[in-house]
Formats: sequence, structure tokens, C-alpha cells
Amino acid sequence: MSVKHALLALLEQQPMYGYQLRVEFEQRTGTTWPLNVGQVYTTLTRLERDGLAAARGEDAEGHVIYEITAAGRDEVASWFTTPVSRDQPPRDELAIKLALAVTVPGVDVGTVIQQQRSATMAALQDYTRLKRQAGRDVPTEPSDLAWSLVLDSLVFGAEAEIRWLDHCEARLRRAAIERPAAGTPTAAPASERSTR
Amino acid sequence: MSAREAVLRLTDVSRVHGSGANEVHALRSISFAAYPGELVAVMGPSGSGKSTLLTLAGGLDRPTSGMVTVEGTDLDRLSLDGRARMRRTSIGYVFQGFNLIPALTATENVALPRELDGVPARQAREDARRALAEVGIGELADRFPDDMSGGQQQRVAIARAVVGERRLILADEPTGALDTETGEEILRLLRARCDAGAAGVLVTHEARHAAWADRVVFLRDGVVIDETGADPVELLTEPAAR
Ligand SMILES: Nc1ncnc2c1ncn2[C@@H]1O[C@H](COP(=O)(O)OP(=O)(O)OP(=O)(O)O)[C@@H](O)[C@H]1O
Ligand SMILES: [Mg+2]
Repeated sequence: MSVKHALLALLEQQPMYGYQLRVEFEQRTGTTWPLNVGQVYTTLTRLERDGLAAARGEDAEGHVIYEITAAGRDEVASWFTTPVSRDQPPRDELAIKLALAVTVPGVDVGTVIQQQRSATMAALQDYTRLKRQAGRDVPTEPSDLAWSLVLDSLVFGAEAEIRWLDHCEARLRRAAIERPAAGTPTAAPASERSTR
Repeated sequence: MSAREAVLRLTDVSRVHGSGANEVHALRSISFAAYPGELVAVMGPSGSGKSTLLTLAGGLDRPTSGMVTVEGTDLDRLSLDGRARMRRTSIGYVFQGFNLIPALTATENVALPRELDGVPARQAREDARRALAEVGIGELADRFPDDMSGGQQQRVAIARAVVGERRLILADEPTGALDTETGEEILRLLRARCDAGAAGVLVTHEARHAAWADRVVFLRDGVVIDETGADPVELLTEPAAR
């Protein structure tokens, strides 16, 4: 994630000090991607070094206030108008885990899939509970709206993961039927886990 | 005796279709319960037995072995009439196809089961209109099913299932023909009925809809293989029941 661009975009709204930036960031994104204050200050130092932001003195309590520069504004504008690159997808631990589970002998891929599906479903239930609490009305406050969009993104992400797991399971079953040799990974249920 | 009685309980239920080489084990000795105030989602691939589970729960089909009880009544012990009555008064059912009666308007479709059950026509229709408004198609109350879109018909079917004081709501892919926004409205409605004390069972292949449930049960080949968010009451009562 580009902390640099996120902070610059916040500074475009108004000059702020480090802690304030963190609060504003979390108001929009929940605590989904927590920022520590140290990270905020190192980023501010780098922004200053690169001429994208500048310290403009202290407020009454001694907080150093940062403001965006003209170069910073250009940088934000180009960030917003450039699509997030997909040529280097972020490393996906689950995809890697399944890719290995399918090839490493003796791994019960069906169980790996089902355990993940349950865990992702539980997370999706949590997100949905948050959405339910928020009610059916579309939030009008910009930062609430921002957070609800982030929540939607988490919902879509979890949903996509579950669909992908369903798809993997279906394909593994087909493969197992078409090639019923020994050592074929089965998508058979972890029946011992269901005996409640 | 548990503090809360399950509204729906399937005990060791199997359903076998056909015989010999054509034998299909749609459900294999499954146990399942839904408590008042609870919405349970059932997920699984096509053919895993979801609709079979629901039709047995709704008394539309009978198990090959095992027992189905609704509010403590063994459905198999009821006469045909008794079962039909149970279906009209206690159980709301949303079919995978909508099963609306083409010759009746939306309001009449929703009001019919209750009128059959002796609720005065005026009141049944008034309640029907309110239920249609709740699912967002109040203005279509006098339309016939053939003059509505798939999603609108689906909402009539949902209104029919939730109208009145149904204790058990069984919904088979109720959001199938709906866009995400409308689908969400329907879940809010189901959820509200459950929060008000009904038990709901929702069959869906959409994870985002299943996530509205308190528990998600996963079916594979007629077997419950896993579930999330198991109800503590269930965990406490089940072992003792075995
Ligand atoms: N009347 C019937 N005669 C024979 N087999 C049947 C009958 N009804 C259902 N089956 C079989 O029982 C199994 C379970 O069917 P069911 O309709 O419960 O699946 P489902 O999980 O609802 O699937 P879908 O997601 O496609 O609706 C399937 O293999 C199906 O072919
Ligand atoms: Mg079905």
C-alpha cells in the first residue's frame, strides 16, 4: 500500500500534523490497515526530502504541521489518475499454499480448502455484522461513506476468495474422478471434523 | 429438555431417491436444528442436497428414514391435512422456482394461504399489501405474475413466505434473480423476521448472502461437513442428545 500517496492526499485537504493524519486515515479505512505513528513520521520526513510536503511551523501544543507543496499536488493528481498496477499481483499466501498443497504428497487438500472456507466465511460474517449495524442508509458523511466502501471491498474480497475455493474444490473433484490413481488429492470432506 | 426448543429439528434424516442402480442418496443421515431467533444458511454445490433438506423441513417430502419435527411435532405423525395446515400457518416457504399462481394477483397470491386458513379476507389482503410493500413492490400489488419480472415475482414469493406469524421460514435461493442491492433488502427482511423470533433456513450459493446468517452449514453429497459460528446452545444440547 502506498502510505506516501495516502498521506499526501490527506494533506491536500488541509495542513495536518502526524497524529492527525493517522486519525484521518483510519476514519476512512477503519483499522483495516493500521498505521503506526512512527510510520507516519518517517513518511512525512521522506515527503519533505522529496519536496512533496513541507513543515510549516508548530501549533500551540508544539505539533509540527505539514502542508502539501505544488509538486505534491501534482503527485497526488497523477496517483489518482493512474490505475493501480496489476502486473505484479500482491503475493497471495492462500494461492501459494493451495498450489503447494496440490503438489506435496500426503496433504488432504479437501480439508485445507474447507478450513479456509470456514475461516473466510466467519470473517465475511463479521464484515456483514458491521454492515448491518451501519443500517440500510447510504452514509452521507464523506469519511463514513469512505469506510463503508472499504468494508464493501473486504466483503467482495472474501466473497471472491470463497468462490475461488469452491472452484478449486470442484476442479479437484473432477480431476480425482478422471484420474482415480493412488495419491490423488481428494476433495473429500474432513468428516472427522463434522462429527459434533 | 433445553431452555429453548428448536423450531426445526432433523434427526438422523436420510432421503434416498429411486432404487437399485438408480439409487440417489440425496441426504445421508444428517442432523440439523434451527432455533427461534436464528438464521441458518445452507451452502453446498449443486446436487449436494440443499433443496431436499428444505422440502423435508417444510413437510413437502418425507424422509426415507429419520425424523423431522417442527415446533416439537413429528411431521410424519400428522395427517395429510395436518401437514398442509402446518405448512400454511407455521411454515413460510420460498421455492427455488417461485411457484406463484398465475391466475391470482400478487396480493391474492400472498393472501391465499392465510385466507384458506380462516383469516378474514380483508385482513389477509391488508397484511399481504403490507408485506408486498416491505419487499419493495407495493405498487405492483394488483399485477399478475406473468406481468412481472423474475425479480419482482421472487419478491412476491418472499412476501408470501413471511406474511403472518410464521415461526419457520424456509427459503431456497430467495435472492437468485435479484441484483445485489435488492438481494440485500431481502436478507434484511429475513433477518428482521428471525430477530423477531422466527427461525430461518436460507439455502444460497452466494457467500455474501450466507454471511447474514448466524451459522453457515456446508453440505457435500448429502452430508453436513462443517459449519461456522455454531450456536453455543446447539453445542451444549447436541452432545447430550446423542
Ligand atoms: N425426485 C428425485 N428423483 C431422483 N433424484 C432426485 C430427486 N430429487 C432430487 N434428486 C437428487 O438428489 C440430489 C440432491 O438434490 P437437491 O435438489 O437437494 O440438490 P441441491 O443441493 O438443491 O442442488 P441445486 O443447487 O442444483 O439446487 C441430486 O443428486 C438430485 O439429482
Ligand atoms: Mg436446489
